[in-house]
Amino acid sequence: MKLRFTPIMALFGFIFLYGPIVSLVIYSFNKSKLVTVWGGWSTKWYAELFANEQIMSAAWLSLKIGVISASVATVFGTMMAMVLVRFKKVRGRGLMGGMITGPLVMPDVIIGLSLLLLFVAMQSLIGWPAGRGLTTILIAHITFNMAFVTVVVQSRLSDMDDSIEEAALDLGASPTRVFFDITLPMITPALISGWLLAFTLSLDDLVISSFVSGPGATTLPMVIFSKVRLGVSPDINALASLIVLAVSIGIIISALLMRKKPR
Amino acid sequence: MAEELSACERRPWVEATEKPFVRIKGITKMFGDLAAVDDVSLDIYRGELFCLLGGSGCGKSTLLRMLAGFETQTSGAIEIDGQDMTGVAANLRPTNMMFQSYALFPHMSVEKNVAYGLLREGVSKGEAMQRTKDMLSLVKLDGFASRKPHQLSGGQQQRVALARSLIKQPKLLLLDEPLGALDKKLREETQFELIRIQEDLGVTFIVVTHDQEEAMTLSTRIGVMDAGGIVQVGEPREIYETPNSKYVADFIGSVNIFDGEVDVAAPDLMRVNSTEGPIICEPMAGLNAKQKLHIAVRPERIQLSRTPIEATNTMQGMVTEVAYMGNLSVYRVQLAGGQCLKVTAANGLHEENPITWDEAVHIGWSAAASTVLVK
Repeated sequence: MKLRFTPIMALFGFIFLYGPIVSLVIYSFNKSKLVTVWGGWSTKWYAELFANEQIMSAAWLSLKIGVISASVATVFGTMMAMVLVRFKKVRGRGLMGGMITGPLVMPDVIIGLSLLLLFVAMQSLIGWPAGRGLTTILIAHITFNMAFVTVVVQSRLSDMDDSIEEAALDLGASPTRVFFDITLPMITPALISGWLLAFTLSLDDLVISSFVSGPGATTLPMVIFSKVRLGVSPDINALASLIVLAVSIGIIISALLMRKKPR
Repeated sequence: MAEELSACERRPWVEATEKPFVRIKGITKMFGDLAAVDDVSLDIYRGELFCLLGGSGCGKSTLLRMLAGFETQTSGAIEIDGQDMTGVAANLRPTNMMFQSYALFPHMSVEKNVAYGLLREGVSKGEAMQRTKDMLSLVKLDGFASRKPHQLSGGQQQRVALARSLIKQPKLLLLDEPLGALDKKLREETQFELIRIQEDLGVTFIVVTHDQEEAMTLSTRIGVMDAGGIVQVGEPREIYETPNSKYVADFIGSVNIFDGEVDVAAPDLMRVNSTEGPIICEPMAGLNAKQKLHIAVRPERIQLSRTPIEATNTMQGMVTEVAYMGNLSVYRVQLAGGQCLKVTAANGLHEENPITWDEAVHIGWSAAASTVLVK
């Protein structure tokens, strides 16, 4: 009874989760201009998408923000994780470890609003950042991405045997050399998967970006959201399909890397 | 080097003929309110294979980590080869360590693991590779140079770890439970291997272990630790035959302990009243009548027979358990006063009618075999 029931439940769950996405991908190849009417196969919406200046520039901006914020967040997040796992004598380490998970559980609206208030206050106090745009979006994305990278790298670091680093130190390597010779190669999979996670989250973010962006800095999710409000056009389906593809590739690579156990 | 006598032949600790190589002077390590190592002083000589022996949590590993420079002492000082080590970082000390977990670098080949120390020292690549090759053949791992650690068995990993820690020819090698992860047979083989390498290279070894048999086999001297302090230091024979406390007697080998108080403490007679009756010991100075103490008797020093025994101390009892171990048998003998004694006896070939369960037996031992323990 149990054996027959579970596969059906699993199937139901998968349909529930992936049905909408599959239908979105199928409709992106729809010939008809009406989103809900099937008019045969076509790739014309993809061509139209690539010809759309507004969407392409937004996509380029989102990619740029994604790459930069993920890279900076990986560096900062790794430093944070090192402090939390390795430097046991740092004052306030416990508090910091608890607080780093804050951005993970805080609603995006709150993060966005608080960052906006901070940027406005900073502008009137020290004149930087002047106005809102690429810089403020970058800072915001680095902030929440750092938390995710820290959590990923932290779990890998605490799985690592401390005595491997001690052995290198014992053999005459300076602490800096130990980091680059031993620690870094051993946590590389975690760094890559942390970076991919950060990149995906940055590409995906609408709420926080909307709060902290200004005129001239419109990310892809913002363009999509504003277009959808005027009615769903089929080229959005094409765009969404491409994003689904990119995100799945990122998540699959990241999952594969994390599954590979440290030896 | 070849003509030089080894440390167990010179025995510099008997008479102070040479300067100690490692001096640990009143060292204490506090973890919060707890003293992990409590005011330990120890002199170790060049070429020794010194074992720090104790149960888990006795502070032996902490002491070793302080020698390596991974922990900083709360007070006291460590001197290696005349140099004060206070404030010297782990990567600048003349010591190398072999870790209990081996701590091999998982992303490097065996060869790179072993050569790592040399390359950090600034040795040229060609020379480092040659010395690595020699070292790998010393530990019998020729042909494994390009393997990764996870492709090796436990015993091979252990030898890589040993090679890696010896490659820089350290003045002092620290070994943390070096044979702990090996199975019994491999461990016994490796013990003698370790002694051979230690004598070939003339390096001073300090070994931490909880295995008393391992300590007995390996060491020139043993330091028995308990609760952060050194209880007794001595050669294996000394520790076994004349333990200075109940803790040491109990920890090293198996032993029968009688609780009692001094009855007669004269220069020619020493008698202790125990729960099993009077026990005669070798006369010993500094004891008072009525003083409470323990008498330790090793199981192999006790004779066992069906007929009465001619011995200084004799008792009668009943065999409750027999364990046949091959070369010898272990008997548990229940005495009249309620105490249960462990007695071992060598087994003869094709012994007819051996002593067995529920037999009334006589036991006996000499005055010299009863060790008086005041602590």
